[in-house]
Amino acid sequence: MLAKQRSLSGSGLSPRSPSSSQPFLSVSVTDPVKLGNGVQAYISYRVITKTNLPEYRGQEKIVIRRYSDFVWLRDRLAEKFKGIFIPPLPEKSAVEKFRFSAEFIELRRQALDTYVNRVASHPQLQQSEDLRSFLQDDEETMERARSQDGGIFKKKPADLMQIFKDVQSKVSDVVLGKEKPLEEADPEYEKMKRYVFELEDHLAEAQKQAFRLVKRHRELGQALSDFGKAVKLLGDSEGNQLGKAFSDFGSQSEMLSFKLQKEAQDLLMNFEEPLKDYVRAVQSIKATMTDRANAFRQQCELAETAKLREINLEKLIVMRSDKVPEVEIECKELKAESEEATRRFEVIVRLMNEELVRFQEQKTIDMGVTFHDFAKGQAQLANDIANAWRSLLPKLEACSP
Amino acid sequence: MENLVIDEGPNTQTFISHSDYRSVMSSLAETHHPLAGDDPLSSNSSSKSFRNSSFTEDSFLEPPAYADVVFSPFTEKPISGNGNSSQPTQHLSNSSSEFITIIVSNPQKEQEISNSLVPGGNTYVTYLITTRTNMADYGSSDFSGSAEFSVRRRFRDVVTLADRLADSYRGFLIPPRPDKNVVESQVMQKQEFVEQRRLALEKYLTKLASHPVIKKSEELRVFLQVQGKLPLPSTTDMASRMLDGAVKLPKQLFGESVSAITAQEAVQPAKGGRDLLRIFKELKQSVANDWGGSKPPVVEEDKEFMEKKEKLRDLEQQLSAASQQAEGLVKAQQDIGETMGELGLAFIKLAKFETEEAVYNSQRTRAADAKRVATAAVKASRFYREANAQTVKHLDTLHEYLGLMQAVHTAFADRSNALLTVQTLLSELSSLRSRVEKLEAASSKIFGGDKTRNKKMEELKETIRVTEEAKDCAIKEYERIKENNRNELERLDRERQNDFHNMLKGFVINQVGYAEKIANVWTKVAEETSEYAKDSI
Repeated sequence: MLAKQRSLSGSGLSPRSPSSSQPFLSVSVTDPVKLGNGVQAYISYRVITKTNLPEYRGQEKIVIRRYSDFVWLRDRLAEKFKGIFIPPLPEKSAVEKFRFSAEFIELRRQALDTYVNRVASHPQLQQSEDLRSFLQDDEETMERARSQDGGIFKKKPADLMQIFKDVQSKVSDVVLGKEKPLEEADPEYEKMKRYVFELEDHLAEAQKQAFRLVKRHRELGQALSDFGKAVKLLGDSEGNQLGKAFSDFGSQSEMLSFKLQKEAQDLLMNFEEPLKDYVRAVQSIKATMTDRANAFRQQCELAETAKLREINLEKLIVMRSDKVPEVEIECKELKAESEEATRRFEVIVRLMNEELVRFQEQKTIDMGVTFHDFAKGQAQLANDIANAWRSLLPKLEACSP
Repeated sequence: MENLVIDEGPNTQTFISHSDYRSVMSSLAETHHPLAGDDPLSSNSSSKSFRNSSFTEDSFLEPPAYADVVFSPFTEKPISGNGNSSQPTQHLSNSSSEFITIIVSNPQKEQEISNSLVPGGNTYVTYLITTRTNMADYGSSDFSGSAEFSVRRRFRDVVTLADRLADSYRGFLIPPRPDKNVVESQVMQKQEFVEQRRLALEKYLTKLASHPVIKKSEELRVFLQVQGKLPLPSTTDMASRMLDGAVKLPKQLFGESVSAITAQEAVQPAKGGRDLLRIFKELKQSVANDWGGSKPPVVEEDKEFMEKKEKLRDLEQQLSAASQQAEGLVKAQQDIGETMGELGLAFIKLAKFETEEAVYNSQRTRAADAKRVATAAVKASRFYREANAQTVKHLDTLHEYLGLMQAVHTAFADRSNALLTVQTLLSELSSLRSRVEKLEAASSKIFGGDKTRNKKMEELKETIRVTEEAKDCAIKEYERIKENNRNELERLDRERQNDFHNMLKGFVINQVGYAEKIANVWTKVAEETSEYAKDSI
């Protein structure tokens, strides 16, 4: 397994040699196509999987997926892999008009590609059965699976029981005067929680400015284009050498306008989007934090319930009640459940700690790449600008009046 | 933006290099700024910092590489007046070391002592106008041959000056004066407005003093030098003019006063004068020119002039568009600089946060990377801002020439007015002559002559003589104005070519210099983060 995952649009495991004995799983999301009509129109993507892992049927598979399929996968992973920071999905777009713009489609495709690859390269997540289904099942199977899992009604019977018990214990809490929600008393974890929330704020601000910067580049490009045109016209009415100089000036101005528009596009894809992605990742951590809190609460409540039942049992034994065998069984079951809840909670804690280390390291690399590309892009742009204007100087010298 | 402490470089707000500035201005008198005094109206800090900032902009740049050779402070252009604006006319006069600098300062409120019913009277603002010059006409007070003197003037005086110049210098391209602002007296006294006006006045007077012909005018000298009330006749308002004219009119119509215009009057334009009858006659003539069947006796025949006029009309259109887009460009440059700065700030905060809360080394590394980007962004933001401040000055040339087009229109109007006077007089003459002919024909039928008719003929012949004189003068005046037009247009072309050339050059050099600086800043960051480069995997 690869230790580090480079760049956002890298592939999963090392894709170098398909025939080598090294296990690999490489996925790409490509080829967005608009399907359907009117309000129900949507984009479909081609998902290409190349692998030599035995769990997969065949070395290469191509399936067609849409955004809601990716959401399905994310939801399943979130349910089964509590404690893991599930890679974030790009947002659903609220603005109708924007939904099918080339820019938006490309951004989304890129983000979905990144998402799948992150899943495929995560040591635990890549084992997921649901991932295999997602990558291999034919479209009809996928559609069935997707429509079965309808929103909040996807709770299994055991979960429903749990919800009922939760309500019960809440009532007893109230009765017993224990109204405060149960929270961990771990100071380090508290610190980590505060860190995560504050981090999100900082990142959101950075992303906002990055987005503005994209706009400014576009605006400057437009202004240069307009100015260049006006200068050209001015040169036309001057005529002679000076007119030629104006004309050249105008041309350079227009050329730089293109470069600025291009840089704006690059910034959108490779500077703003990674920052957005970072924010989403932090939100995913917050989701895991919620899972942890729930698990903690469950653990506490079940432990409490088990204990109460034990006390009850002892009373019944003393009273030589004939309910004893029944309650004995209940106690055993509750004890098992309580231990299970404790185990689940501890798994989450352990996983979170590992994930956090991984997350920090990954983000340092991701941001490092982003910063590097940003600096490179800005340097290139500035050099282009300098060169373009510099090229005019000899001509300007020549036509000195 | 918060003031962020950057590791390298001087704090640009206070760095002033006098040596750079002085060497450039060595041919001009040292301009000292009488802003040190107490200004009840002007905001000291704002006007001072405005001047300081011009110093800072000139001398902050330590140009690298290519820019070393070509990049030089903006004020290499010799300018009379303070060093912060580019003038359309850049020639120091032909006499090599002649100079004149004008500074407008020290606005003060004063009250008009009037005997009106309203107590307290009008308040208005006066400005201190300080001139330093070695021009002969102004006399000299010290052994360096230069004189320095100050007067106090109000805006109304400036209007008077402008009007008198317009009268005396028909056909010339007279720099347009600052606008009268029709606003309530409250606004008139607001600091911002006063400061704007102060600046505009300074620019205007400096431009006047840069015009090769007008700088030598008596009107200007008197305005700049004569203490106390401005000894130029003020432009009486239309009402009293109309009143005067209305008094004369009946006499003119009934032939009681001499209805011919004299040679002296012929040299002045009809409009703005008191002779209503003359205005009426010229109006009649201009209508006849446009709608009459026959061609007027003299027309504008100069083809070259007509072409020139067309070209200038085009130029004005292009200038207007270019001027507008220039403003758009300046705004866009300002915006990108601002946003870059805010981005830098956001990353600085992020870096600080990560450093403080760091649990893992990966966080510290990331924070360090973020700080590099942030520092670069803040530096780049500063460069954008500085570059833009220069760009504003360079592109100001467009605005200046657009303003000058107004003067062109006026000069052309002078010409057509003079032509109209000539045409009117010629028509007048021709009608007078035909009247004389008729009288002669009629009286010749009477044996021995007709006393009354003869008397009438004598009067008419006298009128004809006066009118002939006037016509000759009018023609001379017309030719003179044509010549002025021609010279001025030539000067305009020459200077415009020069100024536009400098504008382009200055703009380009400025852009190159700052783009290089910005590139360096980012290249450094790219190098510092090169371990993350994709090709190095």
